[in-house]
Amino acid sequence: MKKEFSNKLYIAIFLLPALILFCGVLIAPIGASAYYSLFNWKGPGAEKVFIGLANYTELFTSDRLGFVKALVNSLLLAVLSVGLQLPLALALALALGKRIKGERLFLSVYFMPVLISTVVIGQLWTKIYDPSHGVLNMLLKSVGLEAWTRAWLGDVNTALGAVLVPTLWQYVGYHMLLLYAGVKSVPTELREAAMLDGASDGQVNRYIVLPYIKPIIRISVIFAVTGSLKSFDLIYVLTQGGPLNATEVPSTLMIRMLFIAKRYGIGSAIAVLLIALCFGFALLISAIFREEE
Amino acid sequence: MRNNSKGARVAIYTGLFLWLLINLFPVYWMFTFSLKNNEEIYVSNPVGLPQHWLWSNYAKALKLGSIGRYFLNSAFVATVTILITLAVALMATFALTRLIWKQRKALNKFFMLGLTIPIHVSIVPIYVVLSRLGLRNTYLALIIPYSAFSLAMAILVCTGFMNEIPRELDESACIDGCSVWGIFFRIIVPLMKPAVATVGIYTFLQCWNELMFANVFVDSGKFRTLPVGIQQLFGQYTTEWGPIGAALVMASFPTLIIYVFLSKKIQDSFIAGAVKG
Repeated sequence: MKKEFSNKLYIAIFLLPALILFCGVLIAPIGASAYYSLFNWKGPGAEKVFIGLANYTELFTSDRLGFVKALVNSLLLAVLSVGLQLPLALALALALGKRIKGERLFLSVYFMPVLISTVVIGQLWTKIYDPSHGVLNMLLKSVGLEAWTRAWLGDVNTALGAVLVPTLWQYVGYHMLLLYAGVKSVPTELREAAMLDGASDGQVNRYIVLPYIKPIIRISVIFAVTGSLKSFDLIYVLTQGGPLNATEVPSTLMIRMLFIAKRYGIGSAIAVLLIALCFGFALLISAIFREEE
Repeated sequence: MRNNSKGARVAIYTGLFLWLLINLFPVYWMFTFSLKNNEEIYVSNPVGLPQHWLWSNYAKALKLGSIGRYFLNSAFVATVTILITLAVALMATFALTRLIWKQRKALNKFFMLGLTIPIHVSIVPIYVVLSRLGLRNTYLALIIPYSAFSLAMAILVCTGFMNEIPRELDESACIDGCSVWGIFFRIIVPLMKPAVATVGIYTFLQCWNELMFANVFVDSGKFRTLPVGIQQLFGQYTTEWGPIGAALVMASFPTLIIYVFLSKKIQDSFIAGAVKG
């Protein structure tokens, strides 16, 4: 058996399809993107002109391009996701973890938005925000807050917030589900022992449940932050980065650079920075959680 | 719940109900306006049930928006992607967990990088290769990238399940004269049904909802998938809301109806994908 199972030919045959697919589509493109990012290039068919790191310096110094603003927007979304989405998800998970009546129903409905395509969610919220016929403005009018009505997605001051709300609506359920699975995995004996010692509900949550589900909280934070950095679908559907770049994020800028401005070099530079940021933040968050222990 | 005061209980249930309504209302509203005309949506009846159920909105969305075509494209792309992902992931996982060689732990870690790599980084290189090979505007232009990006998660999930299959099974099969192929196809694969379901569900949703690749790699209506199709329908129909609502419902309700029947299984797929990582 041992001999058969360590036969190099078998190992190669079983691994090859995965390696080709994975390296061809995920790994090699990282190198290719890094290479393209060093050129001034109008796209397939056009000539590449080597310009070194000029694309990167332009990204960080040109105000007109708006990359720094896009990066700040996505970091802002990340902070707000972690600050609003996760506490809400955690509160729901803790509440549902206590054998509540209708637990399954609540859980299933909360998770439902995760399954709806982001394009559908984006379209739906465009209708909700519609300045003249959307339900949000209608609701405000009907309760006498006419002064608050506005073109939520078209107003520079409210656009980023208006983009954040559907994001929360869609993803709270996802984080809630992960955290709920964690809460449910806390051994009953642990909870009961603490309760016998007279711990209140809040104390059980704080001293037993939270430390127990810390690895899941870490995963949730990583997903929320890298998800915000990568965010594209919802913003593309809702605002395409506008008005006046108020909701621009690196992904929407990248797509605009590539397929409208035909600047493949700088688009590739944005992609390279994004992957670096995603890995950087994932490592940083893991390190912070480890530090705390 | 037992040792909570009554006040706390009321507060918890109120909060839970409120969030329930916030989750349900947009979906309810989408469904109702898909069956109304503009007069009802704008003026007489914005949030109530439709007075006249206008199913013709659905016919309009199907006809003018080619929603049916995009629906089938999406279904085809998702199905083939799932099959490829599963076949490739099961084989790789077999090599990573069952076959005996030195660097398998390292290679597993290497594949797990795929969980963090954003799809952005592949856009330009794949676009260039697809253009050069004349493969843009084909089903393959989506199926191959989708399979590759589903692979890491699939291997992760399969590894968890495959490690639970006792090794004695392989050994006794080996004594009975089964080859490595036989062990893989007759013993391991049939026992991987739960993993197949989990990976299938997860991969399906990723493909069904994907926008960025679908938007860039395909621009012919013949191969367009549902998310891009809906996005474009929106551009054509800015004034009449009913058919847009109908298209949104047709794009999301199939998944939601499946979810009603398989909610536990679908939730478990997402948990397996995240927590085991």
